[in-house]
Amino acid sequence: MILGYHLWLIPLLPLAGAALNGFFGRRSSKRAVAAVGLAFVGASCLWAWRVAWLFWHLPPNQVPLVGNYVTWIQAGNFVVDYSLYVDQLSLVMMLVVSTVGFIIHIYSVGYMAEEGGYYRYFSFLNLFMFFMLTLVMAESYLLMFIGWEGVGLASYLLIGFFFRRDAAAAAGMKAFLVNRIGDFGFLIALFLLIKYFGTLSFQELFSAIGELKPEAATVVPFTAIGLLLLMGACGKSAQLPLYVWLPDAMEGPTPVSALIHAATMVTAGVYMVARSHLIFDRAPDALLAVAVVGCLTALFAATIGMAQNDIKRVLAYSTISQLGYMFMACGVAAYSAGIFHLMTHAFFKGLLFLAAGSVIHAVGGNQDMRYMGGLRTRIPWTFWTMTAATLAIAGVPLFSGFFSKDEILWKAYSNAAGSWVLWALGLLTAFLTAFYMFRLWFLTFFGEFRGAQAPDAHGHEPHIHESPKIMLVPLVILAVLSVVGGYLGWPGHSLFDKFLSEVFPAAAEAGEHAFSESLLMTLSVVAAALGIFLAWLLYHRRRDLPEKIAARLGGIYTAVANKYYVDEGYHAAFVQPVVEGARRILWRAIDQKAIDATAEDGARSAGLVSDALRRMQSGNLRSYAGWVAAGAALVGLYMIWLGVR
Amino acid sequence: MVPLSYYLVLGAVLFSCGVVGFLFKRNLIAIFLSIELMLNGVNLSFVAFAAHWHRLSGQVFVFFVMVVAAAEAAVGLAIIIAVYRTRETLNVDKVNLLKL
Repeated sequence: MILGYHLWLIPLLPLAGAALNGFFGRRSSKRAVAAVGLAFVGASCLWAWRVAWLFWHLPPNQVPLVGNYVTWIQAGNFVVDYSLYVDQLSLVMMLVVSTVGFIIHIYSVGYMAEEGGYYRYFSFLNLFMFFMLTLVMAESYLLMFIGWEGVGLASYLLIGFFFRRDAAAAAGMKAFLVNRIGDFGFLIALFLLIKYFGTLSFQELFSAIGELKPEAATVVPFTAIGLLLLMGACGKSAQLPLYVWLPDAMEGPTPVSALIHAATMVTAGVYMVARSHLIFDRAPDALLAVAVVGCLTALFAATIGMAQNDIKRVLAYSTISQLGYMFMACGVAAYSAGIFHLMTHAFFKGLLFLAAGSVIHAVGGNQDMRYMGGLRTRIPWTFWTMTAATLAIAGVPLFSGFFSKDEILWKAYSNAAGSWVLWALGLLTAFLTAFYMFRLWFLTFFGEFRGAQAPDAHGHEPHIHESPKIMLVPLVILAVLSVVGGYLGWPGHSLFDKFLSEVFPAAAEAGEHAFSESLLMTLSVVAAALGIFLAWLLYHRRRDLPEKIAARLGGIYTAVANKYYVDEGYHAAFVQPVVEGARRILWRAIDQKAIDATAEDGARSAGLVSDALRRMQSGNLRSYAGWVAAGAALVGLYMIWLGVR
Repeated sequence: MVPLSYYLVLGAVLFSCGVVGFLFKRNLIAIFLSIELMLNGVNLSFVAFAAHWHRLSGQVFVFFVMVVAAAEAAVGLAIIIAVYRTRETLNVDKVNLLKL
């Protein structure tokens, strides 16, 4: 080791930035706050790349890199260290998180320039980076869980950043609570792991699992553990049925949506499933559940995304859908493909959100696509970068999304754990993805600018202006990545898969395939083309059609546009009973009637007693004399009684 | 000899008269008189016992009681004068500034 790896620098530098901005940011200038926020994250990013460079040049027996720092818990035989672990998988995650995070920090400097609470924003954002990096670099499940909870906290803080707005505060709470439900599953899984293996450290745990003899293996409830881990992942990564917090999370500032709810935090579930692949390999039922949940979520969210009018909500449902793809990939044991899509998704979805932020910024705050349009010529930089991202996500060949999505679809069909049903549903989702993304593209950038028709515009057109350079440069960087990032995964010669093959040995393929990879690839391209064509038809050529179709579909359309009333359902089934129960039972009956009444009774009885005793102090001299005489008589009687005894 | 009980009964009667006067009289000076009467009743009992059992301690105690009575009378009369000066009355029912 020349200079030492000092892995701890990578997560802890942003923590230092968060602390500095948190404690001193209030009285500092915006430039200082931004400088601190950028410097620490930038340093962390640079150091991550340095570690990556060293890693790349290490001989195979010296990886993975482990940094053991402090022993944290020592309870009998159960030991948990604060240790960081860098193997190929965490290296990829680490680089994606720190690089995309840094880019978004730069963008935020421009986007949040006129907002209050600037120092709070950067402090929380740095705090998020700390927790996320801890999550991906952790060497044990417990440390990962700390990162897991921490990013949930940062997410809550940032979603509710504009805390004076009721909707934002409620959204933050919703995100945290729904996450918590998933975390419950995650915790039970951890308890089971402790019970059967006595350790949560990745190295010890995975070697113990690997060395399990078949008889011993049947005792361990791998399926239960896998399902519980899946529950945790569903909460964090917004899969069915715990996805409802993500669309509401759009109340937060757009860079937050880009970083946390697109590129990094929501991918934590995918990372966790990939990291736990040894467990899932021994729990095929759980793995199937992962694939099914992912596939259904992808399709479900894509259908909702088609009917949304808020640009950020479309992207939110799109994120849920793409995460479903990643889960589907892991569910067919194509973990590398899932992580590859995670990476390309971070590029193009991050870009989509940032560009959407730029669009919203340009039209003065409106987020409703019905009142956009014709922006192509007015904000060209935003337009071209967003186009690159849209092409990527739709799976247009040669863009990054094409390679990653296609690999998933191929593996869903060809892997032993896969099935053509998954592939078919995935293909349908790809068609829908292309459709709703290009719907967004056409509505936002083409046609007439409809800003004057917005309800709060009062007939005036907002002044449209391109965003400042500090916001545009990140867009361009991400656009470049969205285009070239895919070449790492060229089908058949995937450098990405080769890099990760140490962590994920190649999964079994189903023997003979009726269809070849090229045929499936062609079908994907056809699906994407159909989606784009349909969007072009409905939102560019014949703009009268969408309304007519919506009218014809009537109830179905309303259901989809209202997100299938899932939020309302949850509210009625879970939220309402809890709130009413709390109000009627816990508050009125117990708190008011029982506890308060007891306290008041105590006070009232003290009052009654003192009322009685008050008569002794009437201010009337003769009554005092009476009391003295009575007391003396009592003493005298007592003496006589003593004497008589 | 006069039996002891005669003296004790007399002492008790004196004491009771003192108590009744102390409780029911309204004039401050009358109350004080009653207090003195109580003290004297007690004195009589002490002396009676001293004579009966030929012990001097009873008689010595009477001296103590008289000294205390004298001191108390002095202080008490000073208070009565002060009360009269401020409240213009010696009616104990009217000295009730501390009444609720």
